[in-house]
Amino acid sequence: MSDVDFTLNGETRSVSVGTTQSLLSLLRDELELPGSKNACEQGECGSCTVLMDGAAVCACLVLAADADGSDITTVEGMASGDVLHAVQDALVAGGGVQCGFCTPGFVVAAAHLFESEPSPDRDQIREALSGNICRCTGYGAILRSLEDLAQR
Amino acid sequence: MTVTGTRTRGGIGESVVRPDGVPKVTGNFAYASDLTAEGMLWGATLRSPFARARLVRLDTSAALAIPGVHAVLTQEDVPGRPTFGQIVADQPVLVDGEARFWGEPAAIVAADDPDTARRAVAAIDIEWEELDPLVDMEEALELGEVFRHAPVRRGDPDSSGPVVVEGFYEIGMQDQAPLGTEAGLAVPDGEGGVDLWVTSQWTHEDHDQIWRSLDVKPGQVRQHPSGIGGAFGAREDMSLHIHVCMLALRTGRPVKMVYNRAESFPGHVHRHPARMWFRHEARADGTLTRVQARILLDGGAYTDTTPAVVANAVYFAVGPYRVDNVHVDGYGLRTNNPPAGAMRGFGVVQACFAHESQMDRLAAELAMDPLELRKRNALATGDPLATTGQIIETPLPTTDVIDRVAAMPLPAPDESEDPRRLPGGTGLTTSRSDVVRGVGYAVSIKNIAFSEAFDDYAEARVVLTAAGAEVHTAAVEVGQGMVTVLAQIARTALGVDRVAIVPADTGAIGSAGSTSASRQTQMTGGAVLEAARAVRELALQRGDGDDLTSEGVWRSGELVMTLDELCESGPLSHHTRFRHPPTEEPDENGQGTLHADFAVAAHRAVVDVDPELGLVRVVQVDTAQDIGLALNPQSVRGQIEGGIMQGVGLAVMEELVLDRGVIRNASFTDYLLPTFLDAPDVEIELIEEPSPWGPFGAKGIGEPPTISSTPAVVAAIRNATGRELNRVPVRPQDITGT
Amino acid sequence: MEIVRPTDLSGALEALDSAPDATVLAGGTDLMVEINFGHRHPEHIVAVRRVEELTELNGRIGACVTWARLEQGPYRALAQAARTVGSPQIRAAGTIGGNLGTASPAGDGLPFLAALDAEIELHSAARVRRLRWDEFLTGPKQNALAPGELIHSVVLPDEIPTRQEFGKVGVRNAMVISAVMVCVARFDDGRTRVAVGSAGPTTLRVRAAEEMISAESSPGESALAEFQRLVSEGVNPITDHRSTADYRRHAAGVVARRLLERCL
Repeated sequence: MSDVDFTLNGETRSVSVGTTQSLLSLLRDELELPGSKNACEQGECGSCTVLMDGAAVCACLVLAADADGSDITTVEGMASGDVLHAVQDALVAGGGVQCGFCTPGFVVAAAHLFESEPSPDRDQIREALSGNICRCTGYGAILRSLEDLAQR
Repeated sequence: MTVTGTRTRGGIGESVVRPDGVPKVTGNFAYASDLTAEGMLWGATLRSPFARARLVRLDTSAALAIPGVHAVLTQEDVPGRPTFGQIVADQPVLVDGEARFWGEPAAIVAADDPDTARRAVAAIDIEWEELDPLVDMEEALELGEVFRHAPVRRGDPDSSGPVVVEGFYEIGMQDQAPLGTEAGLAVPDGEGGVDLWVTSQWTHEDHDQIWRSLDVKPGQVRQHPSGIGGAFGAREDMSLHIHVCMLALRTGRPVKMVYNRAESFPGHVHRHPARMWFRHEARADGTLTRVQARILLDGGAYTDTTPAVVANAVYFAVGPYRVDNVHVDGYGLRTNNPPAGAMRGFGVVQACFAHESQMDRLAAELAMDPLELRKRNALATGDPLATTGQIIETPLPTTDVIDRVAAMPLPAPDESEDPRRLPGGTGLTTSRSDVVRGVGYAVSIKNIAFSEAFDDYAEARVVLTAAGAEVHTAAVEVGQGMVTVLAQIARTALGVDRVAIVPADTGAIGSAGSTSASRQTQMTGGAVLEAARAVRELALQRGDGDDLTSEGVWRSGELVMTLDELCESGPLSHHTRFRHPPTEEPDENGQGTLHADFAVAAHRAVVDVDPELGLVRVVQVDTAQDIGLALNPQSVRGQIEGGIMQGVGLAVMEELVLDRGVIRNASFTDYLLPTFLDAPDVEIELIEEPSPWGPFGAKGIGEPPTISSTPAVVAAIRNATGRELNRVPVRPQDITGT
Repeated sequence: MEIVRPTDLSGALEALDSAPDATVLAGGTDLMVEINFGHRHPEHIVAVRRVEELTELNGRIGACVTWARLEQGPYRALAQAARTVGSPQIRAAGTIGGNLGTASPAGDGLPFLAALDAEIELHSAARVRRLRWDEFLTGPKQNALAPGELIHSVVLPDEIPTRQEFGKVGVRNAMVISAVMVCVARFDDGRTRVAVGSAGPTTLRVRAAEEMISAESSPGESALAEFQRLVSEGVNPITDHRSTADYRRHAAGVVARRLLERCL
């Protein structure tokens, strides 16, 4: 076991973690934040995307013990109280959600994109989200949702 | 209807947003894999490392001795029926002496945490004797390992057209790859029963299998609806259901099991790989005179839904075309390959790739426009289905879907050198000058709902209270948007805005049938419509009025009773069991009224191909689809785009690669799903000719997008390259010939 | 010790010295996959992403420089390769040092290093040494790293080819392991290097093709065709679930020719 301190969705947390435990497992199984999804555990689907020190990374590939000192935001930390993040709003309104298992990852990755590029074009959106697999929508409604947001 | 009060909001025809949209974007929606319970243990599974092996020794004592391990169970521990299966219960709950596919569960463990459970699995002392697996379909046929032989004999067997084309076609094994893996939580009720939350498409069918194996009474297992991360057929057959219940009952504690991705690949059924021979004969003017086919489908080790998949492949072998002389044999084979069952399109995907490839080949032979050939033979209302002879009595706009898709504007030529718009993508392999564009078309017909005399029904209960209406149903939402559409149907039928869908467990209401076969909008939607109309009638009677709205009951334009007053003496409720028009068993020649409804679709694919490297970018896929009525246009579009993407995936990248029955690419690194940069643009024309029995005329829409998109993409690649391409997925080396 | 998180090089080397069997963790994009699927159970981990010296990108490439940074330059072909590494999420975490540590024949950054004849600098408590890329990469998933040793940086030669192009063939248009990939680098005087990945047990150079084309000051159609042929002939691929040996051989030649054309 190893003790780590980090900031999680704006709150300071101190937890004890296993040597080989992933950040994803820590979030889901111990910190009661199951919003980040486990769909592949090898960084090939983006369903567990979280922000870590300003970068969008796969929580399954972060060793929990190595998250010490980091500032982490999960999908649960994207909305401000009852006010959805603009990306969340856009995806709901635009039909970008079906089964929703990939959605938390898309929300975080897209929010990260809009952070650095408030008006991304179509191809920027497509490439920036090329690490997030969606099996339901064919990406069309996600693209339209985010293009609408980019034009606002 | 007299216009009174406010118009119903959120009724049919509107793009109502999903009720589960906000919980899903905030991470608060609870999927089966997110559930927990006080005192919960974690389950894990020991699997066969061989496609076929004799179980020589299985000793659980070392695993049981690990602190924190609470149970290690094998086939000997199954309390009731030792096998399960939807059509034939031929799959042992756990390996019964011989493993018959790679990854077959042999033992299960419950422990304090996932890590201990995994260590316990590793500590089980097990010895296998590897046996020679049967992996070839022709060999299985010779050995008589046949789940079902479905023949069609119609017309004159000796008829012959002067123009003949023949072809062999092959389909690789596609995986549904829903993003959510198999997951379940079983909670013992303390009285010998168990409550189960699990990834499923059909709770009642699962329930009927589970209680038998647990040796409890039916009511002692309650399967609850749960958040499902996609299904596409993978959850029509059971996975960990009985295992997790066995562990919960044995330990007396809640047990949770979640498959990881490597387990999920062998942990559910797949699309049947196919080997097909087709022969089409026609007159010089293009009129089809005879179609013959031999279709082999690899069902894997256990029956699952193979018999029904074989039937679909055979009965839709000709496609939406008229022909009087048909001779088809379809076989579902038992092998030691991974089990096959339901996947979106259900047998029709395989047949459609072959019949549409044949139609193009025939058009080339006749020097005829391929769409002209299809229209000349297009099946229409009043015609017999070429295979079964069933007279099509429902609207069937085959010619219309072809004309409409052909009339859609083609995308402009792309001059961009941006790699994101080129084959090879950001790999920078390809310049615009290396690219050839191709265009291809395909058309399909699919049955809706269950066929061949299956007693197919859906139950629903609509309850009107002062707070609004509730719709109770056991129909499973897997992501497709059924909860939205059912509420819309109820709002329009009742006239009341506030409608909540209340998912019901197996003890609370009867079956809604499977969320598959493009059936739920028509079946559970039909049940909700019937029940809601009945409740409206009850309300009008009780209020002695002529209209019902969210405010209450109206008479001659005046509100005579508020909703509060109406429900003062208790809620108004109606429960119904909805059935579609009856279907028949096929006779020995495969003839009869086997199907309840049909839908047609046409696809046009535009591809950019780098022929020298064999790389493809699917630029655009356009479609015209026969949908009856768009209950929710946004949701219709989402189903069509998502279905097309899965068809594109099968066309150019998705395949489980097998080696003596072992999956060589059981991971998301190597089972390639299309990414955002692989997604084509999609333009859609909706054809709205009402189904006679769908709610407000709506038809099921889930499967057609996946069926003819695959052959359309392959036709476009052929058009660009001149290659034959008789196999999907089309691999780079199939295009380069190297 | 279970995990140590040093913030400077000496701290990292001390940790490795005291536990030479420790596993080094940088971006985690390879190691965590092994851990998640139970293929590795490291008991001691030295997490090096906080070591500032390893993140320098200034004449040399620190082992902990991420793909996301390399995507921005300054090396054209390495930036092109970086853009194809996994997904944006992987590129934000994964490092060039990880590519070297894993030593997969499909390491996307390796053909660039081979084409430039890069050296790998290794540090331990006792010594510093440099190995040329092909001395370092000893086999599929094998390298010359000794116990207690840390991949410190990639050292590029003073003379950088003015023309350099990278291309990667995969069955998907993003986030894909290569079927084959190529880096071509050409100096102003015509000297040309061609390195190929996923076409042999390690990344390889095709010397025969290099010699032939280096002698051509302005290669014409026939020289290009000969170059393509020699590259195809000079690689040593296998057939696996990702591709076939024949296709890899063919594609290596085609891509090499196309990249060379872009260099001219």
